[in-house]
Amino acid sequence: MYKFSVFFLAAFGYSFVLVGCNNNQSSTVRDKILVYCSEASPQSFNPQLVTSGTTFDASSRQIYNRLIEFSPGTSRIMGSLATRWDISADGKQYIFYLRKGVQFQTTNFFQPTRHFNADDVLFSFQRQWKKNHPFHNVSSLGFPYFESMELGKLIKNIVKLDDYRVKFVLNNPDAPFLATLAMDFASILSAEYAHQLIPKNELSSLDTQPVGTGPFQLTRYQADAFIRYKAHPDYWKGKEQIDGLVFAITPDPSLRFARLIAGECDLMAKPLPIHLRAVIDYPKLVTLSEPGSNISYLAMNTTKKPFDDQKVRLAINHAINKKLLLKIIYHGNAEIAKNPIPPNMWSYNDTVSDIPFSLEKARELLDSAGYSKGFDMDLWAAPVQRTYNPNAIKMAKLIQQDLEKINIHAKIVSYEFGTFLNKVKNGEHHAALLGWIGDNGDPDNFFSSLLSCAAARSGSNASYWCDPDFDQIITQAGQKSDLKARTQLYRTAQEKFSQSSPWVPIAHSKQFIITHERVNNFHLTPTDGVYFSGVTLKPLHKTEQLSKQAEK
Amino acid sequence: MLYLVFRQLIHLVLSFFVLTIFTFSLAQLFPQGISFIIEAESNNIFSGETSQNLVNQTSNFFVSYYQYISQVLSGYFGLSTVRGTSVFDEFFIYFPATLELSFAALFFATGLGLPLGIFAAKHKHKWQDKVIVSTSLAGSSIPIFWWAMLLVLLFSLFLGITPVASRIGFEYDILPITGFMLIDTLISNQDYATEAFISALHHLILPAIVLGTIPLTAITRTTRSAMIGVLSEDYIRSAKTRGISAVVVVWKYALRNAMIPIMTTLSLQISVLIAGSLLTETIFSWPGAGKWLLEAVNRRDFPVIHGGILAIASFVILSHILLDFLSMLVDPKWRHR
Amino acid sequence: MTSQSQFYHQTRIPSTYARWWGHFYDNKFSLMALIVFIFICLVAVFADFLAPYDPTHTFIDAIHKPPSWYDLGDTRFLLGTDYIGRDIFSRLVFGARLSLSLAGAVVLLSASSGIFLGVLSSFANPWLDALMMRVMDFILALPSLLLAVVIVAVIGRGLPNAIYAVAIVLVPHFVLITRSAIKHEIPKEYVTAMRLDGASKTRLFYHSILPNILPPIIIQLTLAFSTAILEIASLGFLGLGAQAPHPEWGTILSESHNDIMFASWTVTLPGLAIFFTLLSINLIGDGLRDAMDLEQK
Repeated sequence: MYKFSVFFLAAFGYSFVLVGCNNNQSSTVRDKILVYCSEASPQSFNPQLVTSGTTFDASSRQIYNRLIEFSPGTSRIMGSLATRWDISADGKQYIFYLRKGVQFQTTNFFQPTRHFNADDVLFSFQRQWKKNHPFHNVSSLGFPYFESMELGKLIKNIVKLDDYRVKFVLNNPDAPFLATLAMDFASILSAEYAHQLIPKNELSSLDTQPVGTGPFQLTRYQADAFIRYKAHPDYWKGKEQIDGLVFAITPDPSLRFARLIAGECDLMAKPLPIHLRAVIDYPKLVTLSEPGSNISYLAMNTTKKPFDDQKVRLAINHAINKKLLLKIIYHGNAEIAKNPIPPNMWSYNDTVSDIPFSLEKARELLDSAGYSKGFDMDLWAAPVQRTYNPNAIKMAKLIQQDLEKINIHAKIVSYEFGTFLNKVKNGEHHAALLGWIGDNGDPDNFFSSLLSCAAARSGSNASYWCDPDFDQIITQAGQKSDLKARTQLYRTAQEKFSQSSPWVPIAHSKQFIITHERVNNFHLTPTDGVYFSGVTLKPLHKTEQLSKQAEK
Repeated sequence: MLYLVFRQLIHLVLSFFVLTIFTFSLAQLFPQGISFIIEAESNNIFSGETSQNLVNQTSNFFVSYYQYISQVLSGYFGLSTVRGTSVFDEFFIYFPATLELSFAALFFATGLGLPLGIFAAKHKHKWQDKVIVSTSLAGSSIPIFWWAMLLVLLFSLFLGITPVASRIGFEYDILPITGFMLIDTLISNQDYATEAFISALHHLILPAIVLGTIPLTAITRTTRSAMIGVLSEDYIRSAKTRGISAVVVVWKYALRNAMIPIMTTLSLQISVLIAGSLLTETIFSWPGAGKWLLEAVNRRDFPVIHGGILAIASFVILSHILLDFLSMLVDPKWRHR
Repeated sequence: MTSQSQFYHQTRIPSTYARWWGHFYDNKFSLMALIVFIFICLVAVFADFLAPYDPTHTFIDAIHKPPSWYDLGDTRFLLGTDYIGRDIFSRLVFGARLSLSLAGAVVLLSASSGIFLGVLSSFANPWLDALMMRVMDFILALPSLLLAVVIVAVIGRGLPNAIYAVAIVLVPHFVLITRSAIKHEIPKEYVTAMRLDGASKTRLFYHSILPNILPPIIIQLTLAFSTAILEIASLGFLGLGAQAPHPEWGTILSESHNDIMFASWTVTLPGLAIFFTLLSINLIGDGLRDAMDLEQK
């Protein structure tokens, strides 16, 4: 009897140890696969439909190409699917010469019979543009970038000159147009694939089972768990060195870090400051950082009382202790924001004065606006970690405390990120903590997407602030191609913005990513994108036991 | 014998009936009411009428209940409001993970619990027994989520001998044919099949231990008390005096008779396992039905919440009935009726 | 057990409760558990005096300070601070008050409804009784946390809703135990005697039955109390119960779960609080049960 129990327990313990120590096996499978711990599930695999960086990381940046792209790790533009282009003298006509011999991906559900050509370019844009296009209404998400940047108004016509030449005719000159074409929503989809879906009546597959020309193709997706890609064997730049790519979707930042040190992931997205400090104890980990082209802000819904009163908005600006927020939330890895664009963006107006932290001024303003007794409001924050805001909920709590001091009772409201964005888009909030990451190194990207009247109509202007003077200034700035003129206009715009204060601009944060040293040739981009093209891996060795080195 | 089967079937039908009434009433409390499940196929039942009319007509409880139950029985639980997929299909994607975890936990709990209980019973009131009883009591007072955190801190983060989360290493692409990772790895025709199997096993250990701790304490305690009761019986003493070895006595004679309360305990543990899996799956990021349901609660995805509880509760009821049936088979009182 | 009076040879037979207490007292573990539990209750009652700081006050300069006995610790904060700079000792102390009062509210709610239903059911007509039993069996069969989660999903999260949810889950236990205890008592001879004497149902109940069904009910109360604490902590951990910044132990764990690698004390200490509370209540329950068993023999 004893012997049996003892034997059983011993066998049990032995198998535990056996399987446990097996961890060290150098696996050739693992050598060629890059695992990235990402922070959330993508909303779709079609970048046309969203604005979230997470979705772009999972789709446009791996699966697709665009006519123009950014040089890796910089915001300089270079040709990708377009090899060169001609711009007319009046700035209204752009002719793009398309790259020949580019193959679309062959997947389980699609086999291309032709190379990439002008039809694909036309399809990709017309789908977003033409309301009667068969694919225009397929997704309920709409085309947020295309609409808020008013490309429908800007583009007069897109003409196919021949299979490898496309002409864009604009209604007015637009300085940032080339940079706009490098943005994720301008990714090129396969027209042939789309047409195959029509008779099968599976139009939504275009967005859920993507086909692109990019370095990696989607093989399998399990929601909230993982995304698997394999290297596109016929990629026009040449097949990638890594065979497979896995996004391990891990919303919990500490779990991401734990996975990284356990060797389950090779890179982790959006580390918290506490992780950045801990990297010192793990010699095999490398921290990469990049000044971010981003802003985090509290948008006040000017269509709801009392936020239609500029005095109230200014009072709230005075009441929030931004230095404290930076210290607690960003642990110093950020700069205080006073303008909607970051300091490293050209035309940043440093002469605009930051609204100082002053409870007396805040109370004075509230009194003069008739709210000496204070008021109730809701304060929206999403439970996710973004580059521009590592912990919106914590920030909301601190702001809540600040506001209490001037008798404003804020209730914190939160939803899952996708739902949150939708509701804010519908204007259900009083005030919401939001942020923005610049996509193309152009101030227009910030101003028109977030503060223009068009954006107020489409819902991406969360403060619904529509000032005709301001709007005119930024529209003009978006059209002129003279840099000096544009700079002047943007500077004026920033002054107007500060006077009206539809937001409380909070911070511009640095972006970080932590990688294992076996990952080579990976670069962060100013637009906070994660691109795995060109990344190489050193094979794992048998002695790869990160955590052992961490024994404190 | 047939009588037993019949009796259990009646129990099953009645319980399922009560369950559906419960979920039906629950669904009435959702923001859009029961429209998520009745709306879709309504054109089949009353052709020509719009679904909007139908929902307004649901003042009649019986009619709407009939529609509801016909939908449910045909396998339609509505569509997830977050992802648009069929709730019924999603359940069968996630539930095998929970089942696999629960089986592993049960295996751990019985594999360790039976011997420990027997051992304690044999050394009744001696120090070995006291140690086992007190650890057992301590074990049943530990909150699962805290226990999980402690074990992860020790074994995964500090010692590094177990993985941190998920069912298998990310480098293995295993197609979910059965949904059971252990089986799917072996039947996958990849060259890394055995490696993947070991990885899956490796990932299963810690969550199984965490989930199985409370059942372990329960089984140990029940086995111990049942065995104490049985071992003091006369027929055991007479078996021993006849010279039958202790091992045979315990396993062949004593355990058989102690099985009934043990099986009752096992039946109770099913609910414990499901409740525990809600917490365990959260901590270990285990893609099972518990995590699925919790995410739905957070996202206010009501069709999934409804479908989740209906499906999970049905499973619990089914397993109770099955276990009751099995224990009745084992119980000699019933066998010769 | 009798005690002798000094002057007369009168034997005083202690009442059931006194005997019960005697058994309980003899069991050293239960006694110790009771002392620990009383200590925890005192902590909860005198939280305002014991806690040096307000549990929601954030000390921005003292984030993630380890307990004071470590080098990096700060003597201002006995057990250290959490990720936002709140004193853990104060939070745990107020958490004790929160957990105990929440559990108390839950038990009060579920016991009163459950016992009432149980009494009603055992004296009602058999069909209603059977229906009630079916429903109760059904609720009992479901996993408790699952049911609580679904109830919270429908009625919304937060403190009062968590209380209702857990109370609903615990009601069947009381119904069943009350009913079975009553059914156990009714066939007894003294009850029949009373009925023959012409006692009304009410008098029958209050005078004869109620005192005799109290023991199992009291045991069920302790069990329910411990279950309530655990369920509320679990809901808090899942983010469905007490919301931050309430210092409920489960909610504290959900917040500190992220920092387990860097601030393990924020995880171990609240967990130990839950553990010891549950352990002491479970031991008390066990002790009561053993005492009752001994009594019955």
